[in-house]
Amino acid sequence: MKAKIHKFEQNGEYILLDINSGAVHVIDKMIFDIMDIFDGGNDAEVMEKLSASYPKADLEEALSELHELMEAGELFAPDIDVPPTFKEKGLVKSLCLMVAQDCNLRCKYCFGDGGSYGQERAVMSPEVGCRAIDYMLENCGPFRKHFEVDFFGGEPLMNMKTVKAVAEHVHELEKAKGVQIKLTMTTNGMLLNDENIKWLNDNNVSVVISTDGRREVHDRMRPDAGGHGTYDKVMKNFKKFVDSRKGEHYYMRGTYTNENLDFTEDVLAMHDAGFDVLSMEPVVLKDSPLALREEHLPRIYEEYDRLTEAYLKRHREGKGFFFFHFNMDLSNGPCVAKRLSGCGAGHEYFAVAENGDLYPCHQFVGREGYKLGSIYDGITNKELPRYFRESHVLNKEKCRECWARFFCSGGCHANDDLFHGDIRKSYELGCELQKKRLECAIYVQAMLALEKMEQGEKVGEFTTAEGIR
Amino acid sequence: MKHIKTVNKPGLQKSLKTGGCGECQASCQSACKTSCTVGNQVCEK
Repeated sequence: MKAKIHKFEQNGEYILLDINSGAVHVIDKMIFDIMDIFDGGNDAEVMEKLSASYPKADLEEALSELHELMEAGELFAPDIDVPPTFKEKGLVKSLCLMVAQDCNLRCKYCFGDGGSYGQERAVMSPEVGCRAIDYMLENCGPFRKHFEVDFFGGEPLMNMKTVKAVAEHVHELEKAKGVQIKLTMTTNGMLLNDENIKWLNDNNVSVVISTDGRREVHDRMRPDAGGHGTYDKVMKNFKKFVDSRKGEHYYMRGTYTNENLDFTEDVLAMHDAGFDVLSMEPVVLKDSPLALREEHLPRIYEEYDRLTEAYLKRHREGKGFFFFHFNMDLSNGPCVAKRLSGCGAGHEYFAVAENGDLYPCHQFVGREGYKLGSIYDGITNKELPRYFRESHVLNKEKCRECWARFFCSGGCHANDDLFHGDIRKSYELGCELQKKRLECAIYVQAMLALEKMEQGEKVGEFTTAEGIR
Repeated sequence: MKHIKTVNKPGLQKSLKTGGCGECQASCQSACKTSCTVGNQVCEK
């Protein structure tokens, strides 16, 4: 049976999520206990089973409040089926350009084989890059206005020739067709010099910058091709870069492995170094000494609790930072169609390899059997895009009944494929981490919302999300 | 209410009828792209 509610305790607070409405309730311990029994219509059973633990009048009062929530559609809301909008044909709206399948770092956990993705080291030509943009606009369907193009690698700054040519082409098309094509780049910062910084700022490119937090962790995990530490160089570049754009339109991200399960220290190290828009990600590796394994979960949960408290502490002291996984707008989040549709890989989102071949996403580049076609011939594999499109939470066995189904939208297909050889078989460890992060995020947003309500703001009149800068 | 404080005005059920315009950004969940989980996104409308 599909779960209708999820409840959890975080730092002494009790929280109840109504899954199908998205309502979040901060509750007391009595309600928390009642919800082990209450199904919406069995008041007498609740009274009988809990009469030894709580006074009768209190139980009656609590049940009355729960019925009030049900009447408001905020408890036991009806199940959600696939909305009609969701059955339409997939369209191209987002591309990841592998502008450089080469890299100047040799990160220990790299999934792309040092940038090459198991293929020859190569860079994308300007012609391939520009043709990819044309391909996207030719296959986007009618009336689409927003697009995204990500310069990725390897290290994209190793091929600025193509990056610049593509951006120029994008700007021309935006003017000619009245569309908005958002440009992003993920970089390791090694080549983030004054010239590149100016160009990225002038061309409105949002940039994800990668570091692992503490100097010793970063230097161990992210050496250059000669094996030398890179912390000093990239942090100097990142500081100059972020200052140049007044702290806007960037994300600093890191990866933790089983060697730094105390990753709160790495997040705080980034913040202490002067950066305040942050993300820290669990590494995804199979059969590696750095891999996260099931036995690490209790320690990782404990660390997310630490990070949650550190996050709230700094926020309340007026020196808060943004942490991507705690961003959540509980009132104005995405629609159901979006929540069910997954990441879009293979039907809305494609990766373009340096030679113009199309893959479902950047992680599938070079994986056998996942080439979908090319920007010249279009999608020639007709079956796989449909399989990707239909691999949403309602078709994935473990997702269908999971309480987190409307928040995670089914997880990462590439991870599922890596661990199980099938994008419909969930990568369990990833699910567990995702659920823990979601509980922390819901708790953080609930606490911040309560503080706003205590200051006199009304529910629904404020956004609970911090917003992405 | 004495025992329950609701902290949001959710729009999930309503969005069954109003959503689906598809203008929102892709929600890639790959770690190298900051796991842009849908729960972390806002609606573009």
